[in-house]
Amino acid sequence: MNKILIIARREFLSRVQKKTFLLTTIGLPILIFGIYALIIYFAVKTSDNFTVAVADEANVFENKLSEKSDGEIKFVSVKNETPQSLKQQIEEKKIDAFVFIPSNFNVIENKDSIQVISGKSIGIITREKIERRITNVIEEKKMLGSLNLTKAELDSLQQTNKIIFTSTTGVEDSNKKAGLSYGVGFASGFLIYFILFIYGTMVMRGVMEEKTNRIAEVIISSVKPFQLMLGKIIGIGSVGLVQFLIWVILLIGLQFLLPLILPDLLAQMQAQPMQPAIAGGATATQESAAIAGIMNGLEQINWVLIIGCFIFYFLGGYFLYASLFAAVGSTVNEDPQDAQSLMLPITMPIIFAMVIMMNAVNNPNSSIAIFGSIFPLTSPIVMMARVAHGVPEGVTALELIASMACLIIGFLGTTWLAGKIYRTGILMYGKKVTWKTIGAWLVRKS
Amino acid sequence: MSNILELKNLQKHFAAHKAVDDISFDIAQGDIFGLLGPNGAGKTTLIRMITGIFYPDSGSINFDGKKFDPINDVVKIGYMPEERGLYKKMKIGEQALYLAQLKGLSRADAMKKIVYWFKKLEMESWWNKKVEDLSKGMSQKLQFVTTVLHEPKLIILDEPFSGLDPVNANLIKDEIFGLAQRGSTIIFSTHRMEQVEEICDHIVLVNLGKKILDGTVHDVKQQFKENKFSLKLHEPPNAINSPSFTVNNQKENMLTVTINEGFKSNDVLKYFIENNNTIESFNEILPGLNEIFISLVEGTKAKTRAFETVA
Repeated sequence: MNKILIIARREFLSRVQKKTFLLTTIGLPILIFGIYALIIYFAVKTSDNFTVAVADEANVFENKLSEKSDGEIKFVSVKNETPQSLKQQIEEKKIDAFVFIPSNFNVIENKDSIQVISGKSIGIITREKIERRITNVIEEKKMLGSLNLTKAELDSLQQTNKIIFTSTTGVEDSNKKAGLSYGVGFASGFLIYFILFIYGTMVMRGVMEEKTNRIAEVIISSVKPFQLMLGKIIGIGSVGLVQFLIWVILLIGLQFLLPLILPDLLAQMQAQPMQPAIAGGATATQESAAIAGIMNGLEQINWVLIIGCFIFYFLGGYFLYASLFAAVGSTVNEDPQDAQSLMLPITMPIIFAMVIMMNAVNNPNSSIAIFGSIFPLTSPIVMMARVAHGVPEGVTALELIASMACLIIGFLGTTWLAGKIYRTGILMYGKKVTWKTIGAWLVRKS
Repeated sequence: MSNILELKNLQKHFAAHKAVDDISFDIAQGDIFGLLGPNGAGKTTLIRMITGIFYPDSGSINFDGKKFDPINDVVKIGYMPEERGLYKKMKIGEQALYLAQLKGLSRADAMKKIVYWFKKLEMESWWNKKVEDLSKGMSQKLQFVTTVLHEPKLIILDEPFSGLDPVNANLIKDEIFGLAQRGSTIIFSTHRMEQVEEICDHIVLVNLGKKILDGTVHDVKQQFKENKFSLKLHEPPNAINSPSFTVNNQKENMLTVTINEGFKSNDVLKYFIENNNTIESFNEILPGLNEIFISLVEGTKAKTRAFETVA
């Protein structure tokens, strides 16, 4: 078996077989997902047969509140009750909450507030529904009273005509798609940024471990330093890839599992969009239009292209930077603090790439975005932002090919350079290494 | 016997100094060879060139009759460096298997040999232990096993006994003799001269990158003997006055003497016989390698390892 593969195999297995790997790869996402699911569940969950007593002394609601009942919240008009007696009823669990409108309540001037008093605290959704029912009635009353408009007339006023953005290629550049491209570009760029750091430093720590453990020379006597470095990089890269695939599978799996675990939850989420802004003013047709728009946008994004590019830039960026991180690790002695100052020239372009990426998601064809997406040290992060906008809207095919070629050349270049540093550094003990000495190693022959 | 290793005019420069400066010597097949020298003398650099880690700037290395080929010949070499370690979190058995595979053994072959060596050195129960649970001596034993596992023709051991208790040191020593008998050549690098005297056939002493001594242990001792003898007499002698020798030290009836130029040991005996003093014992004092080493190296400004230039 090839020695690089033997080394990569060990690097891979020694990490994957650790308990912490299982924990972080499978446990953590499930835990986070579980916590979110619980939070959403409790937020969405409504108490059944929530009874609100309405003591309407000023006759603001004209019994309109109790006319309709949606099964969950029941408004009951009561007469001749005082707040004290209603509180008494809450304690006796006859009602869950009450609204007391004093006889001098003024609807038109908006000065007075309406208080909903309940025994225990009310969930967000229930609160939302009570609020909407009350405001609807009051709005209608106000409009009829002062403007002489009906609610339907007001709604048509608020609804504007749809504006559609279309690019010259004729592809409908809908708002929803632009927003989604932005989100997808940002998320994938950010993910690659994390991958570079997480797995890059993992490589660096592995090299430092080998050096401080003094196993480096034992191994170097059997294999070339370059093989050791490459084996380590490939091994850790496969750990990253496996971790990523597990996450993708988990995500898909959870999506299928979710309806089974929480069947009512999804039904409710579909029936009741969470956003109060939409829920307040917009009608149901608008809400479903918004959802359809998002779905439509999701369909318009070229997922094959994005996932393909993601894997390419993930691997390319990782290989480009991992060898540099390995070189830094090889120069470090006992003190891991030494790594900090040497890491700076490596972390700078990564952070720089993040900055360009933030610009590129908004403006994928700006000159800085074009430069950043072709320059190999920044392209893995920046190009994702442009690719998310699609070819050729976000990036031309030529630019994409140039960027990929540059990344491959860049990766070969950094690996070659890092190999030279690594070969010398891994066997050197005792002396603190500066950039000057590293420069000397680079020009020196073997 | 043929030479397993022939070094000719090896040179290796680092930025500021010559680590190895024109060193040549041969090592015969089956020899136990001592490579000696103070810290920073260039031993490690020399060994790294022999193991293919460094390439010499000039000079040639012949291994097993052919020009040394660092890529393919490393499998015939077992090297236990002075700076050695193991993966702390890895299990002993897996670790041995891994290192053996890197030496080019197949998994099955490696397994067979590991079982053999583990049994021999009573390490079988360690298989599933992690290195971090081993004592220093135990991991030393494991390192020895992984060095010799693939039955290399040339075994290079740098300070192999450091950290071993006398029992384990003897165990390893016996294995070294055994390996040499089975035809392996051993290069042994250490500062412990008593071990060199005990184990090595042939030594080379390097200092400041140059070879300053080369020969068998016996020859070297003869070369550096100072014609000193110890003498035990029946009764303390009277004032001694002889042209043939000078007394260095006298304690009652025990003497150490140095024979003067142009005289022989028999002249000393003759003197006491003539003085009618019975000689109970008479022995030549040969210098220890330790003294030879110190006398050769001292005063040469042998520097301690110059870190900025090593590697």
